[in-house]
Amino acid sequence: MSIPRYTPALVRLHWLMAALVFATFAQGVLVSQLPVSPAMFRLVSWHKWGGVLLFGLVFLRILVRLRHGAPPLPAGTGRGARLAAHAVHLVLYLCFLAVPLAGYFASLAKGFPVVLFGVFPLPVLIGADPALAERLAAVHAVLAYAFGALVLLHVAAACKHQWLDRDGLISRMAFAPAPSSPKGQS
Amino acid sequence: MIKPCAGLLALVLALPVNAAGVDLAKSSLNFSFRQMGVPVAGSFGRFDADVAFNAAEPAKSRATLTVHTASIRLPAPDAVAEAAKAAWFDVARHPQARFVASRFTRLADGRYQVFGRLTLKGISRDISAPFALREAGGTRWLEGALPISRLAFGVGDGQWRDTDTVADTVELKFRLALSGR
Repeated sequence: MSIPRYTPALVRLHWLMAALVFATFAQGVLVSQLPVSPAMFRLVSWHKWGGVLLFGLVFLRILVRLRHGAPPLPAGTGRGARLAAHAVHLVLYLCFLAVPLAGYFASLAKGFPVVLFGVFPLPVLIGADPALAERLAAVHAVLAYAFGALVLLHVAAACKHQWLDRDGLISRMAFAPAPSSPKGQS
Repeated sequence: MIKPCAGLLALVLALPVNAAGVDLAKSSLNFSFRQMGVPVAGSFGRFDADVAFNAAEPAKSRATLTVHTASIRLPAPDAVAEAAKAAWFDVARHPQARFVASRFTRLADGRYQVFGRLTLKGISRDISAPFALREAGGTRWLEGALPISRLAFGVGDGQWRDTDTVADTVELKFRLALSGR
């Protein structure tokens, strides 16, 4: 059984962004637990760089997605499941935009501009504003956890298809066609 | 009568270059440094200054600046709390930093240079800074900047000696409003 795959560029972007979003989310959670220290400063910076990269990559991904479309869902997919799949995917894309944006503005409002890789200064669009910083940081955190919950739902759906439905749907995101094993993404 | 008048006039003309003090409300002591490549701005909210600047004869000037280290301002509240700790300014043991000028000279470009000794966290070192005298809105301003090595004064000790996260160089900017004529 050969399942039509997403275009290779989109597959690469998917897994790259999955790894990056996982690392960035973990850093974000860790940073809020750490005391002020050089390790915390490093983590905060990496977290911001990760967010900036994801924000940039999602535009690329949207372009690729619009240009190449998505492979069709299995014929037996119900209307509700179809709608749910599309809705979750759309909101995931929105999260890739909204979460970094909220974090970026929270950083600016805190009085810390973002300098990508410590080298490229990004635009300072708003000035320091402690009250706003607190609100934006809260928005960023709520959105990030919502994003995390949605990713879990996304992964749970993939697992359901893999092990309950056994329809090999995950092959759509495989790096190479693997008719023998639907898990062959490595 | 003419001669004493001329003498008085000369004295009056000479006076504006002598400042009686510093208008601390208008003056500022700002600094900036890099943290993971990110420029971070801060300032000291409280300092005392005793400055008598003689532009005509810079050598006759004097200046003493006392900075209350607890008055540090940084963008984040947790950074302010951190700065007070023993590894940084050790505010409990060293509540004040002091600069005492020892020499003033005039520079070729019309600016001036001050030499003196900065005592910070119990460590004294010679420092020097160029500055300009500027008149604006009826106030005379002394404006200058100098890079300071934080590590030379033990500011940011222990784990903070790592300059990859917090750079060693701190750009200090002073802007003193001279009051009185």
